Amino acid sequence: MIIGTTFVLAIRSIRRHMLRSFLTTLGIIIGVAAVVTMVTLGNATTAAVQEQISALGTNVLQIRPGQGFGRGGGGPRPPEFDAQDIEALQRQVTGVRAVAPQAQASAIAIYDGANWTTTINGTTNAYFEVQPWQLTAGRTFSPEEEAAGKSVCIIGSTVQQNLFRGGNAVGERIRLGQISCDVIGTLATKGQAGFGGDQDDTVIMPIKTVQRRFTGSQDIRLILVGVDQAYDTQVVQESISDLLRDRRNIEPGEDDNFNIFDTRQISDTLTGTTNLLTSIVATVAGISLIVGGIGIMNIMLVSVTERTREIGIRLAIGAVAREVLLQFLVEAIVLSCLGGLIGLLVAQLAVAALVPVMDVKWIFVPEINVAAFAISAIIGVVFGYFPARRAAALNPIDALRHE
Amino acid sequence: MADPAPIISLRGVTKTYGEGPTAFQALKGVDLDIAGGDFVAVMGPSGSGKSTTMNILGCLDVPTDGTFLFRGHHVEALDRDQRALLRRRYLGFVFQGFNLLSRTSALENVELPLLYRGEDKKTRADMGMAALDKVGLAEWWDHTPAELSGGQQQRVAIARAIVTNPDVLLADEPTGNLDSERSVEIMELLTDLNRRSGITVLMVTHEPDMAAFARTVVHFKDGLVERIDARHRAGEAVA
Repeated sequence: MIIGTTFVLAIRSIRRHMLRSFLTTLGIIIGVAAVVTMVTLGNATTAAVQEQISALGTNVLQIRPGQGFGRGGGGPRPPEFDAQDIEALQRQVTGVRAVAPQAQASAIAIYDGANWTTTINGTTNAYFEVQPWQLTAGRTFSPEEEAAGKSVCIIGSTVQQNLFRGGNAVGERIRLGQISCDVIGTLATKGQAGFGGDQDDTVIMPIKTVQRRFTGSQDIRLILVGVDQAYDTQVVQESISDLLRDRRNIEPGEDDNFNIFDTRQISDTLTGTTNLLTSIVATVAGISLIVGGIGIMNIMLVSVTERTREIGIRLAIGAVAREVLLQFLVEAIVLSCLGGLIGLLVAQLAVAALVPVMDVKWIFVPEINVAAFAISAIIGVVFGYFPARRAAALNPIDALRHE
Repeated sequence: MADPAPIISLRGVTKTYGEGPTAFQALKGVDLDIAGGDFVAVMGPSGSGKSTTMNILGCLDVPTDGTFLFRGHHVEALDRDQRALLRRRYLGFVFQGFNLLSRTSALENVELPLLYRGEDKKTRADMGMAALDKVGLAEWWDHTPAELSGGQQQRVAIARAIVTNPDVLLADEPTGNLDSERSVEIMELLTDLNRRSGITVLMVTHEPDMAAFARTVVHFKDGLVERIDARHRAGEAVA
């Protein structure tokens, strides 16, 4: 018998039992919807994390005194970096694109009655090369301003928003703590950093100005190194390590008293974590898909028993065993594929509803949609075969007598 | 008008259920010839072997021993699927309990055998409606069994049995679930089909009134054919 006829029979039979057919497919619908929703949202989260990390700058090494984050344990406080270290890094390490020192302080910024507590970053123009910053107006520091430690600043969009209500700021004079300062530039919005910090809540000044007026020392707490794309970050990181060990007189075998952090490592770690979570949740959802398949098998078995007489009639009027098998198999496959399709639809709706709540971008992942649908079809074949074989094996005489 | 050459021929047919000491021999060597175009009623008390014989004649079961020739085919040598194809091509079935598919329209029920023959939609609808017309239910084509009376359901079942223009119509107690008035209507319909279309009708019944419509009455007893009453014309009362 042609497949088309089997299809007609299967569709008729499904239509005859609408409610039961719907309940049968419910397991598949939920399973497919759960898998697709979880993987899509997981991917969206991973992409969001990666985007936030890349906002920190890719191929950027952060060098801090001490080991790891903070100063763990007792012992003497490791020495801070100084201007000579910056010079040395720039001149002696190959593959370095730019080196920016950073000295941080906190201060209240005031302009025309508006005030805002913000972070002051003392650095050089190299900072704008290391990290992907865009100016919306004005300019970066001039060499004299850097050399003399002039009181000029470039403000982030959050600060601009709070002091100038988003209006023009270049050429205005603001108060920063005890000093007054000319705004020479404004920065484009960059968004949230990976750790919840607002990267736009910043005032950038020449490092000399910050050291003299705010921190009161020549110390540099953080060095940002931009690595040339053409070089391997790992190799550059090792040369920097060798240079700093030499400059800081660390004997072979002794531990470093500084640490070099690759932003890509954070990216990899966080991406790895979200990927792991995604696969765990997707696995759980996948199990529910299998349970859905068992549901189909269950109902199909009940259906075979319940429809024994019907099978007897079909056999009596001349259906061969293969045709009965095919009918029940196609019924199971049609049911599970239908469930798969509805599940995909539900998943898109669920993702559409959850994406704004989770504040991520919807990335359509064709692979998982195709895979989930394929699995639902396979489930139809696998779990439909056993009941179908049972139906086909019935003896027409016994089947006709069945009450 | 009937073809005198038998289209069905049983020779020494036995049927044994089970094995060993609990074995039960339902048929003990049945010889029977049925001519094409005949209207045969099979009678006998329960356990006499009439149902077993009908199952074998319907190609639903095979004899344990003996030969069953149907249109020259040795049915006892055919496998399950070959017998199914024989049923599909040459046989039509009517059951005591109607056995229509529930929640399925009369036309879809009647079309069912045509589906298995691989007929296209148009042919199925045309032939299905023609068969419903023959049983006088053309305007009920879209009703489900639940919306039809018992007599109407049996007519739909007969339409389903004849839609493929079979050689032989096997009816197992076709009036068993109907009152006498409906029963007579069904018997008249079967007689009419037998006379006009030349369909050979084999009918199991335990009611002499119904058997009276047949041209030949085969009496079974204890797994054997006890006697055969042949009449010249269907409808004549038994003397």
